[in-house]
Amino acid sequence: MDLGALFGNFNNFLDFTVGGLVIGAIYALVALGYTMVYGVLQLINFAHSEVFMYGTFAVAWTFVLLHGTGDASWSLGRAVPILLVALVAAMLMSAAIALLVERFAYRPLINKNAPKLIALISAIGASFALAEAMGLRDRFAKWFGLDDNLANYVAPNKARDVYSNPVSIQPHGLFHIGGYSVTDVDLVVVVAALVMMFALDIFVRRTKFGRGIRAVAQDPEAAALMGVNSTRVVQVTFLVGGLMAGAAATLYMMKIGSTRQNAGFLLGVKAFTAAVMGGIGNLRGALLGGLLLGVMENWGSAVFGSEWKDVVAFVLLVLILLVRPSGLLGEALGKARA
Amino acid sequence: MTTTPTPPVSAPTNPLFRLGLWWDGVIDRYNALPRLYKVVLVLAFALFVYALPLVRPPLIATDRIDFGGVMFACAAYALIALGLNIVIGYAGLLDLGYIGFYAVGAYTTGVLTSYHWAWPFFLALPVAVAVTMLTGVILGAPTLRVRGDYLAIVTLGFGEIIRICVKNIEWLGASAGIKDINHPNTIGPAPKPPFDPGGLFAIPRLEWNGITPSLDHEHATHFLVFGARDAIPYYWLLLTALIVVLLGDRLVKASRVGRAWEATREDEDAAELMGVPTFKYKLMAFALGAAIGGLSGAFYASSQSGYISPDSFPLATSFLFVAAVIVGGSGNRWGAMVGGVLVAYLPERFRDFADYRLLVFGLALTVLAITRPEGLLPPRRTRRAKMMEAEIEQLEEGPVDA
Repeated sequence: MDLGALFGNFNNFLDFTVGGLVIGAIYALVALGYTMVYGVLQLINFAHSEVFMYGTFAVAWTFVLLHGTGDASWSLGRAVPILLVALVAAMLMSAAIALLVERFAYRPLINKNAPKLIALISAIGASFALAEAMGLRDRFAKWFGLDDNLANYVAPNKARDVYSNPVSIQPHGLFHIGGYSVTDVDLVVVVAALVMMFALDIFVRRTKFGRGIRAVAQDPEAAALMGVNSTRVVQVTFLVGGLMAGAAATLYMMKIGSTRQNAGFLLGVKAFTAAVMGGIGNLRGALLGGLLLGVMENWGSAVFGSEWKDVVAFVLLVLILLVRPSGLLGEALGKARA
Repeated sequence: MTTTPTPPVSAPTNPLFRLGLWWDGVIDRYNALPRLYKVVLVLAFALFVYALPLVRPPLIATDRIDFGGVMFACAAYALIALGLNIVIGYAGLLDLGYIGFYAVGAYTTGVLTSYHWAWPFFLALPVAVAVTMLTGVILGAPTLRVRGDYLAIVTLGFGEIIRICVKNIEWLGASAGIKDINHPNTIGPAPKPPFDPGGLFAIPRLEWNGITPSLDHEHATHFLVFGARDAIPYYWLLLTALIVVLLGDRLVKASRVGRAWEATREDEDAAELMGVPTFKYKLMAFALGAAIGGLSGAFYASSQSGYISPDSFPLATSFLFVAAVIVGGSGNRWGAMVGGVLVAYLPERFRDFADYRLLVFGLALTVLAITRPEGLLPPRRTRRAKMMEAEIEQLEEGPVDA
C-alpha cells in the first residue's frame, strides 16, 4: 500500500482523478442500458456488454472505411468529421444488436411470463453467441466468399486478436489545473457523456415514451390497462440502452483506441456494478455510480497497484451495499418525478 | 400459451410437460417397485455409470479427445451443479461467482499438497472443504442481507476477486499456478515406469467397430492407479463422492432445513413471520453450496494433470455453472445434474464444430431457455403449479377455439 503514490503529489492525484472520471463516464453510459432494462423488466441484461462491444467495432470499421488501414496519429480536431460518422454508425450498430437481443432472447420469454432466472440464462447464451460471432467473423466472410473484399474488416486469421482503430487520436492539453494539464479528449469524453445523460433524463421525464417507460416500470399491469403498449415500451428501452452503449463505444475508442471480441465482458461487469452502486433503475444513480466507480478504482490502483484495480471496485460495491442496501440514490425508474 | 379446446382439462401438450410427465412416470413406477427390485435397479444403474468410460458406447463416446477425461469433467460439473442447486434451486439465491468457491477448494488442495506442504490428498480434502465452507460464511454473512438481485453482482465480484488474488499473490503461485499437486494414493503396487503400470489388476476397455465391440487390452485401466496416464480412476473417485453428496442432499432436502429453504425461497417475509430464521438458513445454504464447490475444486486440482492456474477459473465458466443448474431444472437434483453433464459434455462432443462450438453452445443455451423456460427437468411441484394455472385459466376463460 502506498498512499504517497496518490496523495504525495497533487499532480498525480489530479491525473488519477481525471483518468477515473473519463473511464467512469464511459461506465455510466453503458450502465444506463443495464439500469433501464432492469427498471422496466427487473431483469439483468447480460448481453448488454456485447451491445457495447459491437459498437466499438462499428467505430473502428468506420475509420477503416473512411480513412483506410494506414496507421495515423491525428489531433482531435482533424478526426472530428470521421468521429461524428463513427458515432452514428456505432449508435445504429449497438441499437440494432440491442433490438436483436430483445426480439430473440427476451420477448419470447416475456410473452410466456417465464421465471426471471431463465431470462438471465437466455441473455447469457445470447452474449456468448454474439461475442463468438464477432470472434469468428473471418469464417463467416469466407463462407460467403467475401474474405478478400472484407479483409480489412474481418482481419483474417486474427479475428480474435486486438483490433485497433487505424487512427489514434492524440490528446492535446487545453488548460492546466495546478501542474496537471486537462486534455481535449478527456474533456470531450466527460462532457459528451454528461450531455447524453442529460438528454436521456429529459427523454424519460418529459416525453410520452418516457412516461410510458416510467408507467411500465411502476406497475406493468396498470400501465397495460391505461393503454400503454408494453412490448413497444420494452423495445424502446432496449433501443435507448443500445444508443447509449453506442455513444459509450465511440468515446471508448477515442480514449483507448482498440477493441476485441471479448472487450465488452469486464467493462459490462463494471458498468453493471456502477448501476447497482448508484441504485439500479435510477438514471442519475447510474451517472453517480459510474463516475464514483471510475475514480475510486483509479485511486485504488494508485494506492494498491494496478493489478488490484478490480478488487477495489468490487470491495467498494460491497461496502456501499452494506451501508445503503438499495444503492446510493435508491432504485426508482418508476418513481422519477415528471 | 395455447389452451386445448377439449374440456375436461387434459395435460398440456407442451413437450416440456410430456418430458416432465414421463419423468414423473419413471419415478412413480420406481416407487411402486418392491424394495429388492429398487436396490437391484439402482445398483445396475450405478454400475452402468461407473462402467461408462470403459464401455465407450458408440455415438456417445468422444473420439477426438480422451473419453475418460470427458466423463471426469461431466462428473465434476454434475457435482458442481448439485452444490449450486442448493444455493439457487433450494434457497433461491442467485450466485454468479460460484467458481470462486471452486477455486478456493482447488487452491487449498494445491497449497497443502504441493506448493507449501506435502500433505497426502485425502488429508487435504477435508481441510479444503472446511476452508471453502468458511469462505462461504465469510462472504455470505455480510452480503446475504442484501436483496436478491444485488447478490448476483456481489457474488460475481467475489468470483473475480478470488481470481485476481490467486493471480497476484506470490504465496499462491501467482500467474504461473501450482503444479505437481498430489494425486490420491494408488491402491495396489505403485506403477514403475516405463513398463510396469502397477495396480491390482487391469480392466480392458471396449473398442467399437461399427456396432461390434471388442476388448482393447492395450488401453486397459489399472485398478486403482492415480497417475497421469488414465483419467478413469479419477472419474470413479469423483463419482463416488458425487453419490455420497447426492445421498446427503436427499436427507437435507427432506429435513426441516429443506422445508425452511423452500419457505424462504417462496416468500421470505411470510417465512420470517412464521418463525423461520431466514438469514440463518440462507447462510446455511450458501455455506453448504460453497463446501460442495470446494469439494469439486479439490478433486479437480488433484486430477490427472495435477496443475491449476488462475486461468483455470475464468468468470465466464461461472455463468456456465448457473446455466447448468437452470437449464437442467433448478430445484430438482436430477435436473441440475443432467444440466451439469450437458454443459460439460456438449462442447466436447461437438469438437467437430471446432471453432464454432462456443457459438453453437451460446445459441443452444438461448434456444433451450426460450423453448423450455422451466428447465429440462423441473421439480414436480413447479410443473404441477403450472398445470393448475393452465386449468384455472381455462375455467375462467372457457374453451378457446384455436
